[in-house]
Amino acid sequence: MALSKIQSNSYEDTAVHGQRNLIINGAMQVWQRGTMVDTASSGSYLCDRWRIGHGGTDGNVDIDRSTDVPSGKGFAYSQKISMDASETSLDANDNLALRQRIEAQNLQHLAKGTSDALRVTASFWVKSSVASTYTLEIKDHDNTRNISASYTINATNTWEYKTLTFAGDTSGVLNNDNGTGFEFIFWLDAGTAFTSGTFSTAWQAQTESERVHSTTGWLESTSPEFYITGVQLEVGDTATTFEHRSFGDELARCQRYYCRSYNIGTDIGTNTLDGSVTTRQGGTPSTNNVAFNVDFPVTMRAAPTITLYAKDGTSGKVSDFGTSYSGDGTDRAVSAVNAIGMRGFGGGNFTGVSENDIVVFHYEASSEL
Amino acid sequence: MIITSAKYTKAHDSEGSLTGDNLGIVIVLNGVTSHVPLDPANTHYAEIMRQVNAGTLTIQEAD
Repeated sequence: MALSKIQSNSYEDTAVHGQRNLIINGAMQVWQRGTMVDTASSGSYLCDRWRIGHGGTDGNVDIDRSTDVPSGKGFAYSQKISMDASETSLDANDNLALRQRIEAQNLQHLAKGTSDALRVTASFWVKSSVASTYTLEIKDHDNTRNISASYTINATNTWEYKTLTFAGDTSGVLNNDNGTGFEFIFWLDAGTAFTSGTFSTAWQAQTESERVHSTTGWLESTSPEFYITGVQLEVGDTATTFEHRSFGDELARCQRYYCRSYNIGTDIGTNTLDGSVTTRQGGTPSTNNVAFNVDFPVTMRAAPTITLYAKDGTSGKVSDFGTSYSGDGTDRAVSAVNAIGMRGFGGGNFTGVSENDIVVFHYEASSEL
Repeated sequence: MIITSAKYTKAHDSEGSLTGDNLGIVIVLNGVTSHVPLDPANTHYAEIMRQVNAGTLTIQEAD
């Protein structure tokens, strides 16, 4: 049989073209931290891998997991961003953007900074209460360079599919490390500090005033809403069909950056033992040292920040059950967490525990970029 | 990132006294107490050191 009979040239063939999406959780499947937040702080995460950034906004930024999705495209969820109050007037530095940072070592195949630098194409489904011209930007953190492209949402409150191709960059090699290489930025709106210059549609040294095409009017509109799902970034100048991954596959990718002991679907602060770590103080009582070992589900990007929670959900505490293991136990302060590494952590110092006490805690570990 | 306090942590020996080098930094971030490893690739550690260098944050010694 001729080789052409068994090899597919079709971009529709996801079996051939699997693993091509550089974006993690592009279908908004994984929400380990919860599914809604009112007043999201700038720099925080809710939907896994997606970071919200804002400055100067008059209203609070709300994020929700939504089942409002483009019909028949195989998506279960979208990410909804809304405001609880409109901007009285847009100040120069006001801004709101949804971002995803990508590890530099996962971008080496783009050959950035060489004459062979590859183009990339972004594709996504988007719906907004404000029809306007929006901006998608790729920022190179290692070299402080950027390129932006604009797209138009033609109709309000209607799902639209967008594709944008970005040129390869022959300047600025990305470090081959676990730091941020690209940041992929959906600008929902921005003031003149980001829009007043000549829009940067070619790679260049980042100039703040040239990053965003124009003010969209979104922040100043009444009850603005923005939905997005099916985000893909791939090598080449053609947007292929979205690479649907299994939940387990996407979850494991997300857990490189954030994981926790609580069950999926259980909010931080919930009073529960399910999934918690249980150990027993077996050393000299006066030291408060407790031996245990926690293994993360996957190797994390870097040694993560660890937050421990008592059974009742209090942060910075563990639950001391004495020897009875009933009720909620007594909260004990965590004075140290030992041996934090990319694969896990082990041992801690919990003020007030006694010899042979049963100690229980939940944890979350974050090594986001 | 609003860090309201930062303090080094150390291991405790069998007598309960602090021993060895600093293990990490315990911080209060947005009202939540967390433990940050001394890893420059950790973004919280990088932010702590940025604020320390800017003179806006002081890390207390372990106690």
